[in-house]
Amino acid sequence: MLNIKPTIENEKAVFVLEGRLDSMTSSDLEKELTPVLPDLKELTLDLEKLDYISSAGLRVFLLAQKTMNEKGKMTVVHVNETIMEIFEVTGFSDILTIE
Amino acid sequence: MQEVSNTRRDKPDSHLQTEGELLRTLILPARVESIAVLTSAIDELLEQIGCPLRHQMQIDVAADEVFCNISSYAYPDSQGEAEVRIELLREPLALRLTFIDTGIPYDPLTAPEPDVTLSAEDRTAGGLGVFLVRKTMDSVDYERAGDSNILRITKFIGTALK
Repeated sequence: MLNIKPTIENEKAVFVLEGRLDSMTSSDLEKELTPVLPDLKELTLDLEKLDYISSAGLRVFLLAQKTMNEKGKMTVVHVNETIMEIFEVTGFSDILTIE
Repeated sequence: MQEVSNTRRDKPDSHLQTEGELLRTLILPARVESIAVLTSAIDELLEQIGCPLRHQMQIDVAADEVFCNISSYAYPDSQGEAEVRIELLREPLALRLTFIDTGIPYDPLTAPEPDVTLSAEDRTAGGLGVFLVRKTMDSVDYERAGDSNILRITKFIGTALK
């Protein structure tokens, strides 16, 4: 289960993710993000209520990061210990801006 | 709708003799939709045991990765099934998941490791799943036996039983 709560204002968006970003649900996030990414200058992914992320979720984060690198900023906030460990092991902690 | 069975097998194949206590055997359609059934079963068992949440989440991610690979690659031309055995080992306390499919021979441990030092521009997400499983589990081994791929992952869950 993944709940996605986007708040989009002008060129800024915050996506609050709740639940599990896994093989089943990461395509839902991709579908929500893809149409709005071209119009954004700032994207924040709030992971406070996210339990875990699998490689399928990392793939979506990577796509979003690559897109945002070209024209703005992406920030990941409220990362729990389990997810931080996954970011560190996979080198995503160096790719993402984590606050 | 495919039938999802969770019956125990009374007579495991000889090469699949279990070392620990077999908690549950699931036989699932090899599709990503089955992963939620699998992780729910794992969660239920680990919560009963009192497994630390961090380990539970790592085991769920590993199960997701392995089952997703089976769903994507094992049966390119047909709808197949995969069996997952959930076992509890003791001293030290560990959870072992054994994934058995009869799809094309595939040893995920031979996949090249991703270069985790590249910049975002040069990175792809390829190979990350297996890599994550190897990094977060305490042992991962693969065996081809007859027409089956058998992948075992074991995670120490170092905690007293409730």
